[in-house]
Amino acid sequence: MCGIVGLYLKNAALQPDLGRLTALMLHEMCSRGPDSAGFAIYGGGDERAKLVLLSKSGETDFAALAERLSGAVGSAVDIETLHDHAILRTGADGRQARGWIIENAPDVTVLSLGHSIEVFKGVGDPDRVASDFGLAGRSGTHAIAHTRMATESAITTEGSHPFSTGADTCLVHNGSLSNHNNLREILAAGGEQFQTENDSEVAAAYLAHRMGEGDTLNEALESALRDLDGFYTFAIGTKDGFAVLRDPIACKPAVIAETDDWVAMASEFRAIAPLPGAENARIWEPEPARIYSWSHATQGQAA
Amino acid sequence: MSGGSNAVLDLSALSLRDVNAALQEAEAGRFTVLNPGGAHALACGLQHPVEVTVTGHAGYYCAGMNKAASVTVEGNASTGVAENMMSGIVRVKGNVSQSAGATAHGGLLVIEGDASARCGISLKGAEIVVGGSVGHMSAFMAQAGALVVCGDAGEALGDSIYEARLYVRGSVASLGADCIEKEMRDEHRVQVAGLLARAGIEAAASDFRRYGSARQLYNFKIDNAY
Repeated sequence: MCGIVGLYLKNAALQPDLGRLTALMLHEMCSRGPDSAGFAIYGGGDERAKLVLLSKSGETDFAALAERLSGAVGSAVDIETLHDHAILRTGADGRQARGWIIENAPDVTVLSLGHSIEVFKGVGDPDRVASDFGLAGRSGTHAIAHTRMATESAITTEGSHPFSTGADTCLVHNGSLSNHNNLREILAAGGEQFQTENDSEVAAAYLAHRMGEGDTLNEALESALRDLDGFYTFAIGTKDGFAVLRDPIACKPAVIAETDDWVAMASEFRAIAPLPGAENARIWEPEPARIYSWSHATQGQAA
Repeated sequence: MSGGSNAVLDLSALSLRDVNAALQEAEAGRFTVLNPGGAHALACGLQHPVEVTVTGHAGYYCAGMNKAASVTVEGNASTGVAENMMSGIVRVKGNVSQSAGATAHGGLLVIEGDASARCGISLKGAEIVVGGSVGHMSAFMAQAGALVVCGDAGEALGDSIYEARLYVRGSVASLGADCIEKEMRDEHRVQVAGLLARAGIEAAASDFRRYGSARQLYNFKIDNAY
């Protein structure tokens, strides 16, 4: 099953409420995915690269890791820990830092990398994951969250969504892919670094790889319709954008609602119902194989 | 709860189970359900001629297994509205998600807006009138009954259809396996006009085209019968 939600704010006055509203949406999707949960939130940030790390054992010495990383990349690394997660900030190249951590810190999973994005995840009750990582108190421009009912790989924190492999890009997925092993090999040969056996990580890496090659988000999604085999409803976040894509058969649910203040997507309407003005929103079911995207750069839909 | 007229059931104060129990126990009367908030399985399994109005958007399987009741949703409904309906009327003023009226045996389902994929899948005798368009794979394996679409139909309409009648006013993206266009005779125009009148949708029956089974698939060949 799985439940996914996304909230993209058009009205900046709502930014202090982003986390609170996302937590309300996530709560409604608990029954669709009680195994684990996670969320990506976009907001703030500075010139430095920001990485969110997960300690798989829960016992990683993040301070020592930051010091080693600082020596390796030749730049200062600030660190802030939160439960089994840590947020690192460095003036060094973020992609280089991510690569070094994946190569040299086997007990650590890099959950996200970028200037704006932060990803947090955990196993068990989605409401508890949200409260552990203070989702309701967070502000920002857009957020994506997921409740997981595991099918293709084990219930672990690192196997929870969202998946993020490229800078400020993330993806949540309801469905399963059938050609992910083959695609993973092709993408790995092209330089992508994988951290799990999860099929959805391959979809995230695919989009990040295409955009790294110069595709726009919409171009990458056009290619995904051709290259990804399986069933899916995706919600995708980028630094200033948000997109929804369903496979051509579209057996996985999705609903989109839009007002002057926000665009929201969810597996079911009940996750949208708690949003302010939902009763008067324009509501529709995204069509199969059609790309829906919004961007702060263009402040509008570019479907 | 008595079957008194105009009872109000507020889902922000009552549990879904309490609301459904009240609707199922009543033998007559009118009910208004407030604050549905996309709740699942709302007004399911109603066996008596009660009138139910849902003010807002309903979740999955709204009015499923309906028998005799008249259920109106003043909003959208999600997956499987009126699935396996036996009789009665279910009306949705907005749009519906996939598998509307799935396996419904009887009664009338009216969707004033659009229906998405698989509308009327495995239809077993109910009649469905859609004011807007339907998505792909609608009337897949439909066995009996009728589907009237005032807008357009998506890909693979009527795939592997048996004896149901499909009427579409607009375009059909493609016909599914063994589904063909058929002659629109007087009896068909009468049927469409009657359904449109019962649905309260204004359209000319003469504007519709009819589709149905070519009866060429494996299961139609007598030599393949066990």
